[in-house]
Amino acid sequence: MKKYNLSYKPFGETAILIEWPSKIDASIIEDIIGFEKLIRKDQKVLETVIAYNSLLIRYEFMHNYSLHYKYHDSFAKAVEKLKQIYQQKQNVKKQESKLWQIPVCYDVAFGLDLVAISEEKECSIEDIIDLHTHPNYLIYFLGFQPGFLYLGGLNPLIHIPRKASPRLRVEKGSVGIGGEQTGVYPQDSAGGWNLIGKSPIDFFNIQKPQPCFAKAGDFIQFEAIDLETFYQISEEVNNGEYKSKFIWI
Amino acid sequence: MMKVLHPGIYTSVQDKGRFGFAKMGIPLAGSLDAFSAAIGNTLLMNHKSDALIEVTFGLAKFEFTSDTFISITGADFCPKLNDDFLEMETVYEVKNGAILSFGKRNYGARTYIAVQGGIQSTAVLKSKSFSNQITSKFRLEKGDLLPIMPQKELDNRKVFKMEFFKEHFISKEIECFPGPEFDLLTDVQKEQLLETFTVSEDNNRVGYRLHEVLENELEPILTSAVLPGTVQLTPSGKLIILMRDCQVTGGYPRILQLSDYAISRLSQKVAGDKVMFDLV
Repeated sequence: MKKYNLSYKPFGETAILIEWPSKIDASIIEDIIGFEKLIRKDQKVLETVIAYNSLLIRYEFMHNYSLHYKYHDSFAKAVEKLKQIYQQKQNVKKQESKLWQIPVCYDVAFGLDLVAISEEKECSIEDIIDLHTHPNYLIYFLGFQPGFLYLGGLNPLIHIPRKASPRLRVEKGSVGIGGEQTGVYPQDSAGGWNLIGKSPIDFFNIQKPQPCFAKAGDFIQFEAIDLETFYQISEEVNNGEYKSKFIWI
Repeated sequence: MMKVLHPGIYTSVQDKGRFGFAKMGIPLAGSLDAFSAAIGNTLLMNHKSDALIEVTFGLAKFEFTSDTFISITGADFCPKLNDDFLEMETVYEVKNGAILSFGKRNYGARTYIAVQGGIQSTAVLKSKSFSNQITSKFRLEKGDLLPIMPQKELDNRKVFKMEFFKEHFISKEIECFPGPEFDLLTDVQKEQLLETFTVSEDNNRVGYRLHEVLENELEPILTSAVLPGTVQLTPSGKLIILMRDCQVTGGYPRILQLSDYAISRLSQKVAGDKVMFDLV
């Protein structure tokens, strides 16, 4: 694993933003996730936020380090400590990752834009489903809404620009494509992505001790299911009987 | 118990917020004017993380079904206990059956009702702060019942009133630091930032949009962390100051970051109020 040239910036009074080169890259996110784990092991932090090329570390307000600009020394000290942790970071052998298997029904009843996409791309709906279910998508991070996964790995053949005017209501579980990204709406919301299907499972359930089953660094794969299976799984989800499925890769 | 007779325009239960769950995309939430909320809790000798009621723009009405002590801090909307006007930042004893109501606005936008021992509503992910999609509701409704602690004697103190901190409500100055993308700004943009800005109609717990337009050719950034108090420069040149219900990540350049205290000060501003960035 290579080491990157990181930049450290103060972000308000209590946070430090660490930045990697500005690109979407699986080895960068792996480095960020590894660094975050080490920092959490070493220091008491209030909050961390992982994104494509950045890691935010938020300290307790009454932490030993006051990051206030008037106290440059404390910021410098905090950064020095973080740099030490990064330097000590070993080239650990990549551990096994979870690959979550996500059932998706690509019926036109849910995939409201499937027909339009197949016309636009001059391919069959089956081709779109094949292209979408084939990859193992890397979860870069969660954001935007509770339980929304930022995924990487969508086949360029099905990159489709966002819709010019968003739908006012997209149902929870809807699977869409927006530009180079694909993802699942964890809640009912407005949305501008092209809809290709729907998953019957919960991506965010506040009733569970672990509201999101997936985390940054895991992978997901979509599995095509028919309408009958969709309703069967929906019922299992509603009864609390459904268990998210994964394999180690 | 406290019973909601009228929820007003936007009334919710808030504490310090929901820390440690940003990794799931969960917003922080918490009292927008954490400064005034802290004064309310301090007056009652509550714990600083105790939950209060945040009332936006008055109008709300409550009935107490048990005895307790309360204090009202933040915005002044002429609070009344039964027929008597209450003073702000003052401890009052409240009896079973008493009605607390709010009237005409004197200053500010958000009022905090602190109750002895704190509001005892259910915590979700370690916080009682109402939050969309996290708690079962994100604002109080008519008929809601809020549990409170049995009344305890207040210990021997002389201070049952705090002095009004006028600056908090009238000052235009909003203390801030350069944000992660501050250095990408042109000299002209940096100068424009020192001018006076106006709070637009579009202001709420998620963010405050400002009225003035900066010239702007900055590209969006790769989605990255944002915080309450982050000032984003949108492609249209308008500024959005994120507040406590904001998302955890965003794609607009983060040009300034408010101090924690400045978020409290801003949260008492209403549409048309002026603000000036005081860059530290």
